[in-house]
Amino acid sequence: MSQRGHVVIDIERCKGCELCIPACPPQVLRMTGEHNRIGAHYPELLSGCTGCRACWLVCPDFCFEVWQFDEPGAPGARPGE
Amino acid sequence: MSDEVLRSDRPPESGATRTGEFKPTLQLGTDHDLCAGCGEPLALRTILESIEELGLAQRTIGVIGIGCYTALTSLMDLDLIQALHGRAPSLATGAKRMLPDRLFFTLQGDGDMANEGLQEVIHAAARGENITCVLLNNGVFGETGGHMTATTVLGQRTKNTLEGRDATQHGYPIQMVDLLAPLGGTAYAARGSVHDASGVVKTKVMMRRAFETQMRGEGFSIVEILTMCPTGWFVPTAKGPGYLNEVLGAVHVTGEWKRDGRLLRGAEPEAPNEAKERGAV
Repeated sequence: MSQRGHVVIDIERCKGCELCIPACPPQVLRMTGEHNRIGAHYPELLSGCTGCRACWLVCPDFCFEVWQFDEPGAPGARPGE
Repeated sequence: MSDEVLRSDRPPESGATRTGEFKPTLQLGTDHDLCAGCGEPLALRTILESIEELGLAQRTIGVIGIGCYTALTSLMDLDLIQALHGRAPSLATGAKRMLPDRLFFTLQGDGDMANEGLQEVIHAAARGENITCVLLNNGVFGETGGHMTATTVLGQRTKNTLEGRDATQHGYPIQMVDLLAPLGGTAYAARGSVHDASGVVKTKVMMRRAFETQMRGEGFSIVEILTMCPTGWFVPTAKGPGYLNEVLGAVHVTGEWKRDGRLLRGAEPEAPNEAKERGAV
């Protein structure tokens, strides 16, 4: 799936409120079973992010940084690859 | 959607533009002690971004009431005055009269504005003081652990209305924007809600309009922001936005109630907007 956007998630700031999960229109955020340092679950990113910033708008703990790809699916569009 | 998990611990290496930073420029950090699922940090973002976009960062003074949001002052890169409980509108009145070219906003909760300091805000609005009052309304005293306030809706469970607020015993809720909008001195009145992303965007538009109203010298402006308090409501954090929209939002209706001194909801005021006519500072 082509990536139009990407989010960086500051998992250590997350308090596990889960507000971002239903807020995400393409439903590409999912809570993990892992715990961060304060013992909260945090979200992980699945493919298909559009960079719409809905998660960024509703996160009370400022955990999201949003990026928009200049060309969807371009090389370098997949961080970590 | 696929189940492939992407790395989200760092930004793309190239070919991408950052469209949303972790925090607003006027916010000093991201660490705060408010509960998971709290709506007040979302309201903070709308306020700070509006001030920044209007280019008023060096000319803004916030007057802060007492509540959970008082803890957010350590994040705000603005000049601030701490008011006594409920007295922020009066403190802002005096400061604004001395420094009329500055942008003044108060940050108050429903317990602070509607319970402790109801007369302060009513008189400030009736006088047409050229300040912006921001009300963070979650229907409970969050800081005490969720007790009933004057804006708690009928049937709402709080620490001291365990069976739900009952009109015969506890009276009826006060709708602050509905109360203040008809006053002649009020130039702008609106109620937003941060229960979802579009609500946050609309709330930010209201904040900007309120600040612009003040900088044009048109009189009193109020923006009420409905915020989640899952801790005080005894609901899971994920159910907070739905509860806010369905329970509080049904009574505290969102939208613009007065703009440019003209009532958009409810009856027209009998008195003209004198603050606007005399070009109040």
